[in-house]
Amino acid sequence: MDYDTLTWIWFFLLGVLLCGYTILDGFDLGVGILHLFIAKSDDERRLVMNSIGPLWDGNEVWLVTFGGALFAAFPVAYATVFSSFYTAFNLLLTCLIGRAVSLEFRSKVHSKSWRRVWDVGFFASSLCAAMLLGIAGGNILAGMELGPGYRYQGSLLGQLYWYPLLVGLLTASLFAMHGAIYLYLKTEDALQERVRQWITPLFFVFASLYLLVTVATWAHVPHSTENISKYPILWAVPVLNLLAVLNIPRAMHLRLPLYAFFSSSMVILALASLFSVAVCPNLMLSTIDPSLSVTLENARSSHRTLGIMLAVAAIGLPCVLSYTVTIYWIFRGKVKLDSHSY
Amino acid sequence: MDVEILSRLQFAGTIMFHYLFPPLSIGLGLQLFLCELAYFRTRKPEWEIAARFWTRVFAVNFAMGVSTGIVMEFEFGTNWAAYSRFVGDVFGSALAAEGIFAFFLESGFLAILVFGWDRVKPPLHLFSTLMVFLGSVFSAVWIVIANSWQQTPAGYHIVWHDVQGTPMPRAEITDFWAMVFNPSSVDRLSHTIIGALVLGAFFVASVCSYYVLKGKHLDVARRCLSIALPTALLFTITAAMTGHDAAQRLVETQPAKLAAMEAHFETSEDPTGLYLFGWPDAESKTVHFGLKLPRLLSFLVYNDFKTPVPGMDKIPIEDQPPIWLPFQTFHLMVGLGTLMIFVAALGCFHWYRRTLENSRWLLWVIIFMPIAAMTANHAGWVTAEVGRQPWIVYPSVQDGVEMMGLRTSDGLSESVTADQVLASIVLFGMIYSMLFAVWIFVLNHKIQHGPETLEQLAKIKASHANRGMQELFEKQGRALGGDLMEDDSDRN
Repeated sequence: MDYDTLTWIWFFLLGVLLCGYTILDGFDLGVGILHLFIAKSDDERRLVMNSIGPLWDGNEVWLVTFGGALFAAFPVAYATVFSSFYTAFNLLLTCLIGRAVSLEFRSKVHSKSWRRVWDVGFFASSLCAAMLLGIAGGNILAGMELGPGYRYQGSLLGQLYWYPLLVGLLTASLFAMHGAIYLYLKTEDALQERVRQWITPLFFVFASLYLLVTVATWAHVPHSTENISKYPILWAVPVLNLLAVLNIPRAMHLRLPLYAFFSSSMVILALASLFSVAVCPNLMLSTIDPSLSVTLENARSSHRTLGIMLAVAAIGLPCVLSYTVTIYWIFRGKVKLDSHSY
Repeated sequence: MDVEILSRLQFAGTIMFHYLFPPLSIGLGLQLFLCELAYFRTRKPEWEIAARFWTRVFAVNFAMGVSTGIVMEFEFGTNWAAYSRFVGDVFGSALAAEGIFAFFLESGFLAILVFGWDRVKPPLHLFSTLMVFLGSVFSAVWIVIANSWQQTPAGYHIVWHDVQGTPMPRAEITDFWAMVFNPSSVDRLSHTIIGALVLGAFFVASVCSYYVLKGKHLDVARRCLSIALPTALLFTITAAMTGHDAAQRLVETQPAKLAAMEAHFETSEDPTGLYLFGWPDAESKTVHFGLKLPRLLSFLVYNDFKTPVPGMDKIPIEDQPPIWLPFQTFHLMVGLGTLMIFVAALGCFHWYRRTLENSRWLLWVIIFMPIAAMTANHAGWVTAEVGRQPWIVYPSVQDGVEMMGLRTSDGLSESVTADQVLASIVLFGMIYSMLFAVWIFVLNHKIQHGPETLEQLAKIKASHANRGMQELFEKQGRALGGDLMEDDSDRN
């Protein structure tokens, strides 16, 4: 296979991993954001946490594998992006650790204040993680101060201006809505009713932020529409995106929560695709001088490595998908508490 | 302090903290699998109780391992960007393979292992336990391969790329399998994994000895000891053997590291001796308070008492690693390894003679053995990593051509400042000390609580069976009612 085709395949596969991560970890981050408000009693809180109990860990592996695959397929992009977001990513790591241990440790001790601490920890770390992912995405979309030799010349505060923060809020609201629909699927009775009451307001928050970010992107990131105007077929992505967004309230109204969950997954998929279309062929745009950008071409691994990695993915991905499906199947249905629950 | 020192401190700190957990996951994974296998074959409920108990301990440990592991992956990019650009083509593929082949397997089947006791049939549960264990082993396989490649690189060449007008070197794969099976992969891998299995065996033996001393949970404790002690003996002995093989290989691949481990300053015509202990002083090139056995190092390295071992003077001064730390950690590892062989052998002996439960002092010693095993694992790691300085990627010779290496000081992220690194050290320092306290607290809580009794297990099973019936009943009711949608809308 020739070098350029392989490069595009890897760009696509990274997209698949990123979408897999945002769709899957998206709902468990959303559950984390919401649990403080939705669950009232200790039992309800445990039900909410156990709804993602067997799954969150596997969901996070998508992020780890995305990182590893980016390292292997586009090492220059990996090095540049990760070192540019130094402090932001350290905070993200803190949040991911906080979430893992909040889940794991909360139920180990029967004390009200102990549980309260981990509840708040779970909420705060889930919210921050969602925001930080969005902030990173917003910065990448808008471009960053990349100097010669891929040296990032900006600062943490330079990454925290209105546009990425807006994208961060969009991500958090999207995940919260996605998580609420997921919780609706997994819960019953009074708890489920409370979850349902949250979905509509969350949808409106998300939809308004979605409009706001769309307008902001047009104004602030003019280059983001270049690819779409060059290849009109790509209009399909935003159109499908809009349809998926509108389908969420429709599906909920029809009382088809699984369909609504599918739709919100499609919204995430479409937004991630839109993001890829907007940045391509750059992986990190330089706002100092476009010729200093990290691109698919200057960031990629050697021809041979991309080929080896494709073989690895061809063997690995079907296995991964098959046991992911198996596990979601085994833990289907409403969440119940038992002696091994959190 | 400068960015290099801080980044190295950060990496050492975060990886040593991370390295508390994966070896325990691997070792405990095997013990867990053996318990469950015993249950599967004998159907004795005590084995099931044991397996359920170790599962809970395993889960807490696993969560810590996963969350501190992501930090490591991020750090390559955040702190060591220049290194990542240099090795990404080679190192990245091993890391990606770890994600695809190991992490998904582990995390997927962990769900069944932890949450699936009352959901899936015993054969599938046993299979899941095996998969989780294998997943943690595969993870070690790929990460140790990646690390070994840095120590003894193979299967690559250096290509110069034009980066905005400046030429920059990069290691690129020429032969994937030569990269995977580089000269030190197999030695280091077997030694590392066996070290983890030793830790797991001693961990189980330690908790069970504690129960025996307290006279609690004796059914479970005795059974688990009968697995843990023999495996501890087997793996401590094989650890010594694989360690010996790895050290012999060093004289060809990393003579500087070997010289540092033994504080061997000057090469001479005479056979080389071996220090049992000492206090090396690099400035005066002497070892204070040392006890040296003549000719022994020559024998250990070359299997004869005559051939001299090359010393530090054969290494250019700018390529010499620090000596004091590798020397001490290496000797600590070997000393603890020897101690562990003795304790395991003594434990097995008393077990066989049925006198273990009366040898209270031995039970007390066994209780502290996980600390010895953990320390030995860490000491081995420090020896390996400090002993390869100042190289982050060793230079190597391929087909008679010397390939470029990468110095640790050249691997840093150019855009990161000392303040940022310091801030992240403080951040991780706080989080990790809190995590460590909580981990110890929860672990202790679990151990004090202990496994369930037979009655408790029966109760859990009965309640689950009841719920199963109830669900079945509901489902049938629904099926008779015919309309699922209607049923759902009734609820709302």
